[in-house]
Amino acid sequence: MADALVTPDIRAGRLTADDYLENFEDLHPPLGVHEARVEADRCYFCYDAPCTIACPTSIDIPKFIRQIATGNPLGSAKTIFEQNILGGMCARVCPTETLCEEACVRNLAEDRPVSIGLLQRHATDTFLARNASLPYERAAPTGKRVVVVGGGPAGLSCAHALAREGHDVTIFEARPKLGGLNEYGIAAYKTTHDFAQAEVDFVLSIGGITVKCDTALGRDITLEGLRRDFDAVFLGMGLGGVNALRTEGEDLAGVIDAVAYIAELRQAQDLSALPVGRKVVVIGGGMTAIDIAVQIKRLGAEEVTIAYRRDREAMKASAYEQEIALTNGVVIRECLAPRRLIGEGGHVRAIELERMLPDSAGRLTGTGESVTLEADQVFKAIGQTFVPDALGGGEALELDGGRIGVDADRRTSLTGVWAGGDCVAGGEDLTVASVEDGKIAAASIHAALSA
Amino acid sequence: MADLRTNFLGIKSPNPFWLASAPPTDKEYNVVRAFKAGWGGVVWKTLGEDPAVVNVNGPRYGAIHGPDRSLLGFNNIELITDRPLEVNLREIKQVKRDWPDRALVVSLMVPCEEQNWIDILRRVEETEADGVELNFGCPHGMSERGMGSAVGQVPEYIEMVTRWCKQHTRMPVIVKLTPNITDIRNPARAAHAGGADAVSLINTINSIVSVDLDQMAPYPTIDGQGAHGGYCGPAVKPIALNMVAEIARDPQTQGLPISGIGGVTTWRDAAEFMALGAGTVQVCTAAMTYGFRIVEDLIDGLSDWMDEKGYTSVDEVVGRAVPKVTDWQRLNLNYVVKARIDQDACIKCGRCHIACEDTSHQAITAMKDGLRHFEVIDEECVGCNLCVSVCPVEDCITMEHIAEGTDPRTGKPIDPNYANWTTHPNNPNRVPEAAE
Ligand SMILES: Cc1cc2nc3c(=O)[nH]c(=O)nc-3n(C[C@H](O)[C@H](O)[C@H](O)COP(=O)(O)OP(=O)(O)OC[C@H]3O[C@@H](n4cnc5c(N)ncnc54)[C@H](O)[C@@H]3O)c2cc1C
Ligand SMILES: Cc1cc2nc3c(=O)[nH]c(=O)nc-3n(C[C@H](O)[C@H](O)[C@H](O)COP(=O)(O)O)c2cc1C
Ligand code: SF4
Ligand code: SF4
Ligand code: SF4
Repeated sequence: MADALVTPDIRAGRLTADDYLENFEDLHPPLGVHEARVEADRCYFCYDAPCTIACPTSIDIPKFIRQIATGNPLGSAKTIFEQNILGGMCARVCPTETLCEEACVRNLAEDRPVSIGLLQRHATDTFLARNASLPYERAAPTGKRVVVVGGGPAGLSCAHALAREGHDVTIFEARPKLGGLNEYGIAAYKTTHDFAQAEVDFVLSIGGITVKCDTALGRDITLEGLRRDFDAVFLGMGLGGVNALRTEGEDLAGVIDAVAYIAELRQAQDLSALPVGRKVVVIGGGMTAIDIAVQIKRLGAEEVTIAYRRDREAMKASAYEQEIALTNGVVIRECLAPRRLIGEGGHVRAIELERMLPDSAGRLTGTGESVTLEADQVFKAIGQTFVPDALGGGEALELDGGRIGVDADRRTSLTGVWAGGDCVAGGEDLTVASVEDGKIAAASIHAALSA
Repeated sequence: MADLRTNFLGIKSPNPFWLASAPPTDKEYNVVRAFKAGWGGVVWKTLGEDPAVVNVNGPRYGAIHGPDRSLLGFNNIELITDRPLEVNLREIKQVKRDWPDRALVVSLMVPCEEQNWIDILRRVEETEADGVELNFGCPHGMSERGMGSAVGQVPEYIEMVTRWCKQHTRMPVIVKLTPNITDIRNPARAAHAGGADAVSLINTINSIVSVDLDQMAPYPTIDGQGAHGGYCGPAVKPIALNMVAEIARDPQTQGLPISGIGGVTTWRDAAEFMALGAGTVQVCTAAMTYGFRIVEDLIDGLSDWMDEKGYTSVDEVVGRAVPKVTDWQRLNLNYVVKARIDQDACIKCGRCHIACEDTSHQAITAMKDGLRHFEVIDEECVGCNLCVSVCPVEDCITMEHIAEGTDPRTGKPIDPNYANWTTHPNNPNRVPEAAE
């Protein structure tokens, strides 16, 4: 007989097969042709459009929307790809409510921006459905060889741009598949039907890119070696580590790194095989916290609570993301800092938190009041860190606040080495920002190689 | 509630909204539905001689749509009624008997021989219909057979046929004009000379509504081919308004009653036609788009607007704007306006700037003190109204009249007196001003 007090309630297969399908379909279903035309017509074709200025990759938004409106979705997609080769993924994952759509003048007209993200998806989906490969020809081979470390958004964007210019590119990727967090991190309902790999194939179709997966810098290759063997190096390694809670009980079973769990979820052939607690607490306040909370809820967890140490306004997850969590039945509790994980028989059973008091400057003081939440699983979503170990061996690369320091052209302190994406200092930790980094670095590398 | 009752050539109707001669008025069934819905009158679908015409069995309509599929323009290649004359006449008689308070006018089109007109007029009279409308407008199919706009394009024919009709019937005769001419005043004058009691306009405009780029043929396509049709609906309203106004202010046809047709969709459209001289308005496309129920808002809207403006009867509205329609050469060249942007209403889309910058007078800023800001530069603004036309926010840009002082654009003082081109020094043909 199961004893509810001593046995944590963690089970796989909490839902029916149909539930899994429904829960992990598109969070925002794509627009139909008619819907897209109607929505496209809402765009005013602004002069010096604020939305374009707000887009980290500077996509010509009024132009691509107008092309949808005139019945030219393929031309529209080309306008998008011209600035952002991962425009398909960005259409799905960008927090548009804090980027282009926040800047849309329609917010002033009637509080509802043009649905730029959905329109971008409409155009790029239409293109990919009709064309397997890119609308570009490679330039004549230059004979130059560039290496890209890490096949995430930054690496793919950089590799693509350089290959298009005629350089030979090699991507070394530690994992078995390319895509970075597109493949291993983004919430499953944002990129359904294996879109990440379809997009990788599309990007690689430019030609001239050699891919070596299961090959890690620092383990199988060294930075020194790469600098010697290639004309230029681009580092797009993302963030390999996660912050520790540094609280008692962190080693208990059932205390899980959210990013690792999501990676497992994204690779799962069968969602009903994943272990899901009945009561789940998520620690953190960013996009990862929201993503794990919503996904674990959609896997069948009964009670999911996000506990964040500051108030909701201070959360890195946008108000819109928070809304998604709430509408999925997730409870958000603010001003609670984790103090102790309470276990039984080596497994977590509850988490003790302290109520915090933020002052106007954002400083937190504990109130001494403690709150205990029962938990079968506790997910840590308190931020990722850059792990510089892989860079070791040769001449040291300068770091800045724990990440790789770069200039405006994404040049590192080492000659011939560029970097971009989450692994560099000063970024936004967004897919679209990583794509832009890769693009900027590629332009700089191309200029250097052409000099 | 304002009094919407209308007396047009002695034909009374409870409101000025008539259905134009077209599919909505082709059968008793439709007309009865229309009267039940509240329409003030109908012009029965054009009758011809037996044997009845034959319509194509393929598509006969095409449309211009806005991006949300709102219907902006409508095109048809339909002919006059394709039902036997006898059937139509029997139904007309029945409907008139059942609905004595509504206007029932019968549209006619027969070959240009006096006897043909005598015959059909006689038969229509037996129905006790209120009047006849001579269809000199249909621009497709019928015109190839020497009828419809083929008559409407030759003033002498208009005058001749109108005269026959006036001679052979006691019923009021309305002449329906085709817009497919260069100067609408000529056919109107001809109708007037022939003794017409009124003119109605416009019939449809020759058109190819679109080309099917896969079949490489005009749309609607009948077995791989297409023919031009007649264009109507909201898109033709400005053309119709102008033609109505031209007739209303022409000294030779002044006072000739007009039934206004072309793109009437809302009460506001109707009020505009009436202000330019239309005693009744006729509607086709709007009814074919939305069904008969739109008449409810036509009635309500017109009545509410009249109440608001203090007009108590339709007659007070009809023709009220006609005296203000003039020739370009009479416009006051000393009237100076400048665009003004309401910064609170402005959503900063920049369309006014790029329109003025690229295509006009470089009179709107894009930036001020490093910030996105759209403001009119009075030194450059010619007051052309382009920005007002392109701004997506209604009333965000308005035109302000500068009555006195200096025009910052010309640097010259603003003359408070009216002066037009006829006396302007740059006009080589100016009329010399009267000696002081
Ligand atoms: C859970 C989660 C959800 C997110 N959701 C969103 C979202 O909805 N929208 C959004 O815009 N952003 C989101 N982000 C952020 C976004 O995914 C990242 O900003 C983006 O993926 C960074 O791209 P990158 O190319 O710099 O790094 P990554 O995507 O992390 O790719 C780095 C690649 O380098 C490889 N690599 C690492 N070390 C080595 C090595 N030593 N040798 C070889 N290869 C190596 C990795 O395996 C990986 O493939 C999310 C992040 C997380 C963690
Ligand atoms: C399908 C169709 C058939 C028409 N048939 C006739 C007709 O038989 N006789 C006629 O005088 N006008 C005919 N017209 C013209 C209309 O009466 C009217 O003059 C014209 O459509 C403009 O009005 P609207 O913009 O309200 O449609 C027809 C119009 C349409 C759309
Ligand atoms: S700001 Fe909005 S309306 Fe203007 S161009 Fe961008 S999407 Fe269109
Ligand atoms: S009225 Fe004409 S000239 Fe003046 S600002 Fe507007 S567009 Fe420019
Ligand atoms: S067009 Fe209108 S809303 Fe747009 S910037 Fe100009 S004034 Fe503002």
